[in-house]
Amino acid sequence: MLTRRSLLVASTATPFFSYAALAETPKDIIVIGKQIDDIISLDPQEAFEFTGGEVCGNCYQRLVVPDPANPSKIKGELAERWEVAPDGLSYTFHLKRDAKFASGKPVTAADAAFSLQRAVKLNKAPAFIVNQFGFTKDNVDGKIVAVDPYTLVLTIAEKQAPTFLFYCLSATVGSVVEKAVVMANAQGDDLGNGWLKTNSAGSGPFMLRSWKASESVILDPNPNARVPVKPKRVILRHIADPAAQLLQLQKGDIDIARDLQADQIKSVQGNPAFKITSAARSYIMYIALNQKHPELAKPQVRQAVKWAIDYAAIQKNITPTSWEVHQTFLPKGFPAAIDENPFHKDPAKAKALLAEAGLPNGFEITLDHASSQPQADIAQALQADLAAVGIKVALLSGESRQVVTKTRARQHQMALVSWGSDYFDPHSNAETFNINTDNSDNARNRTLAWRSAWQDKDLSDRAAANVKETDGEKRVIEYEKMQRDHQARSPFVLLLQSTEMAVMRKVVDGFEVAPMSARTIYEKISKT
Amino acid sequence: MSKRKRLGTLAATAASVPITLFGLVLVTFLIGRVMPIDPVLAIVGDRAPMDVVEQTRLELGLDRPLPVQFVIYVGKLLQGDLGRSVMTSHTVGADIRHFFPATLELATVAILIAALIGIPLGVLAAVKQGTRTDHIIRVLCLAGHSLPIFVLALLSLLVFYATLGWAPGPGRQDVVFDDMVPAVTNLLTVDALLAGDWEVFRDAVAHLLQPAGVLAYFSMAYIARMTRAFMLDSLSGEYVITARAKGLSAARVIWKHAFGNISVRLITVLALTYAGLLEGAVVTETVFSWPGLGLYLTVSLLNADMNAVLGATLVVGLTYLALNLFADAAYRLMDPRVK
Amino acid sequence: MSTTTLRDWLLTDTPSSRAQAAWGRRYRLWCDFRANPLAMAGLIVTVLLIAVSLLAPWLATHDPGAQNLANRLARPSAAHWLGTDELGRDIYSRVLYGGRVTLGMVVAVVVLVAPLGLAVGCIAGYVGGVADRVLMRVTDVFLAFPRLILALAFVAAIKPGVTSAIAAIALTAWPPYARLARAETMMIRSSDYIAAVRLTGAAKARIILRHVAPMCLGSLIVRVTLDMSSIILTAASLGFLGMGAQPPSPEWGAMIATARRFILDQWWVPTIPGIAIFVASLAFNLLGDGLRDVLDPKQR
Repeated sequence: MLTRRSLLVASTATPFFSYAALAETPKDIIVIGKQIDDIISLDPQEAFEFTGGEVCGNCYQRLVVPDPANPSKIKGELAERWEVAPDGLSYTFHLKRDAKFASGKPVTAADAAFSLQRAVKLNKAPAFIVNQFGFTKDNVDGKIVAVDPYTLVLTIAEKQAPTFLFYCLSATVGSVVEKAVVMANAQGDDLGNGWLKTNSAGSGPFMLRSWKASESVILDPNPNARVPVKPKRVILRHIADPAAQLLQLQKGDIDIARDLQADQIKSVQGNPAFKITSAARSYIMYIALNQKHPELAKPQVRQAVKWAIDYAAIQKNITPTSWEVHQTFLPKGFPAAIDENPFHKDPAKAKALLAEAGLPNGFEITLDHASSQPQADIAQALQADLAAVGIKVALLSGESRQVVTKTRARQHQMALVSWGSDYFDPHSNAETFNINTDNSDNARNRTLAWRSAWQDKDLSDRAAANVKETDGEKRVIEYEKMQRDHQARSPFVLLLQSTEMAVMRKVVDGFEVAPMSARTIYEKISKT
Repeated sequence: MSKRKRLGTLAATAASVPITLFGLVLVTFLIGRVMPIDPVLAIVGDRAPMDVVEQTRLELGLDRPLPVQFVIYVGKLLQGDLGRSVMTSHTVGADIRHFFPATLELATVAILIAALIGIPLGVLAAVKQGTRTDHIIRVLCLAGHSLPIFVLALLSLLVFYATLGWAPGPGRQDVVFDDMVPAVTNLLTVDALLAGDWEVFRDAVAHLLQPAGVLAYFSMAYIARMTRAFMLDSLSGEYVITARAKGLSAARVIWKHAFGNISVRLITVLALTYAGLLEGAVVTETVFSWPGLGLYLTVSLLNADMNAVLGATLVVGLTYLALNLFADAAYRLMDPRVK
Repeated sequence: MSTTTLRDWLLTDTPSSRAQAAWGRRYRLWCDFRANPLAMAGLIVTVLLIAVSLLAPWLATHDPGAQNLANRLARPSAAHWLGTDELGRDIYSRVLYGGRVTLGMVVAVVVLVAPLGLAVGCIAGYVGGVADRVLMRVTDVFLAFPRLILALAFVAAIKPGVTSAIAAIALTAWPPYARLARAETMMIRSSDYIAAVRLTGAAKARIILRHVAPMCLGSLIVRVTLDMSSIILTAASLGFLGMGAQPPSPEWGAMIATARRFILDQWWVPTIPGIAIFVASLAFNLLGDGLRDVLDPKQR
């Protein structure tokens, strides 16, 4: 444990006006500069934003996780082994016996059952990840059962690809919380939600010491963690301005900067004082073409837009380090993702397609985009590219949530938006980019396909069928085909995939960013 | 005007405060309604399915008609309940107790610096009216008010933090001191003193000086300009001329007679500038990662977290009105010229 | 008429017509103003800025919107006198055209705000009673509102852009004018001169329009000039918070707000619009100060 005194020793004798003396943060404390104002809750059964998922990933463990070495394989975290019954409906997990919560109590199947039931009963934003296996508030107590302290049995409603269930359980919402602690802090029927928003009760390497909104998250090591945790404290500091993040990194006031922009990263590349870690994130940027707009509904127009854009120039000049060209609905790194980018800037082809659609002189259209960077710069480049083939784009910029609100109400024409996968199975994106069973304005299932009012029955049905495919290889092949068909028909102009970049001082070791934010772990970070 | 009558006018002004506050709530409420951002989005995120969205909308009471929502809000407000912020998961009251002191601390130090430098400069400019000194002071002060404050803040960080190393970086305190003194007032400097912890106090003051200095420089122009104007007026007053004729020393005439005469008017100016600083620190707070009310208000607004926006706006409005009232009172009751 | 005689005509102690007296008064103010070197500097710079902005199409070397991604963030050179920005656009040309947008915004805000504030203040001050109370409460509400937040909310409610930025800044800027005009009106109202006009049986509206409002103009002009720099700075702050004029519009505040991320490495990108803002603001401030000395002698 870190005591007040031990911290003070590290920082005594600081002259008042010279902060150079305190140029480095104490060795055992890791300070990460990050925009953390996306956190709404740190309750793992509620957290659904990037930073929240990352913090929960460090405080909690799940039954299974994607293998960091090969994410298309599943690895046990709390579960030692598991088996699927021949009927494909019943899954039995055998828990490891040495896992302990921060309180010192062992992690039992009762805790795991409680956590998954809790996700269903709370019914917060990520609950659907668990619910899609047929669990409801009323039946979940009988469907997720701890048969003994170390055996958990899940009964799902219909046969699915087993990996689909495993990847869903590996999402943040599948984190195991300590039942006794959570329930001791429950108020009314909130299942401890109010308390767990700002506290932790998990078996991960860290426990949450404090979260101050828009200020900091402080993590202390879990004294009962299975492997020794290197840092004595990890502090996530909210630094909104990337320029300020870079300054503080250069001064050694923070050890790792998480939100530097492309040009800032370029300026530290090759500087021996810094190291960079990066990973392709499952976060893609695309233009949604609303099919309610008569011109955009023409198949040739959709393809014309795809052929008008100079993907390479945008990537190379505006987002050289932070985004990569990516043109399929499955992010790179995902199981079944194909790395094929058929589209490039071909104005002649785009013009020909427009002429074929009866629009040789182009047309006028609006493009909604977030006013932040790099979206604003990209939107301007898109505007110039599309103007070259006769499509006159008026830019409508707004706060990013404003743009999202608009696309959710299907009021956009073209919109530059981004999408992060919910869990590490291809179905996450396959579903949202393809399935649209009810295209009416008051439909219940509002996928991205619905938001753009696009209904392609063939792709929609195939996406729904493929999630049930139990033959892993067949499933992959079908997803690959779907991605190609999607490129040829969809109203989604997929542009870029985010690369998460973190820049750290050269003394920092053992930190890597992971494709899913919940897998970015702090336990091995150290400073020399 | 008799003293009683002056008090009466003051009471009338004070009585108008609740009406103004009511108007403030109403306008804020309407703004929240016309914002094209779905408040539910901030809570459940972009990917939540419809039933969660609808459930949340119900929990927030957003399904009711706007007038009903308004009446419910005002009813709760009268009982002192500001509701809960969705961004921080705390009650808005608790959030304000946490964020407002940070802004208060920043603005107070800023106004002190601005007054301590701006007033003497203004007096000097008045005494040396029309000379080169006057011009230099004028340009120097106006320069601070001629750049966007985020540029001033970034420049200051570049110079005093990155290059010279005289000042600590952004933030309210160094990470090692986080959570080290019990939060009593949430004014970090005061809390540190209460706990008798000089390390924390020194660190807190060091972190305060830079953002406060930037804010102070930004508002100095107005203070110096008004001081100069008041002083010129005062220096040409009859009794100052009399005092001069009596052969009193120049310093004595300036500071005792002329300056004494304008001090009440200066207090008014300072009070209004202070009110401006309390509301105007948004940008400075963003650059310096200062967890103050301005930052809270901006983030809440852009997430359509209306309880938070309403609560914070009320606090800022109330402070503004209180300071205004104070300035008014000082002017009416203490200024020798109001007869 | 030679210059000396014109001067004598203007400065005579015994003007023979109302027009001569009025011009004489103006000339004396001008003489006072001219004696203040800082104010003159402010005036000259302001005039220059306006001229340069108007002449932008002839002075610019490039189309301010023409992108060249391959040549982004270029240093100042013969081809691009002040370098290029993050999309490879010529900064020199953008700053010139930006003057039109920025100064245009300032003018638009002033044109919206001054008449509105004047009207509200004069009516409240002259009519008094219920009208006064209602109008002043409304003014108070807007004064008590955190200004930048009000503008931010307003812009977010419509959509970011130059027009909504103008409207938002105007929305937050009018209350002080109303206060000022009201205070002046209250003083003028009780003057013998207005009482005399009232005796002639003139209508209230006519008195306010013809006799009260013109009397408030002097202090209003001073206030407007001093406010101009605030308008530029508020626009820039809105840009900083992502809600100002939107690209590709070359508004100075938006330019500096989007380019601030280059302050460490490509310093010239944010610095050049920064200098433009600095010069314009300082000029407006000095001009306003000078005008105040002349027009508002009691607050010298």
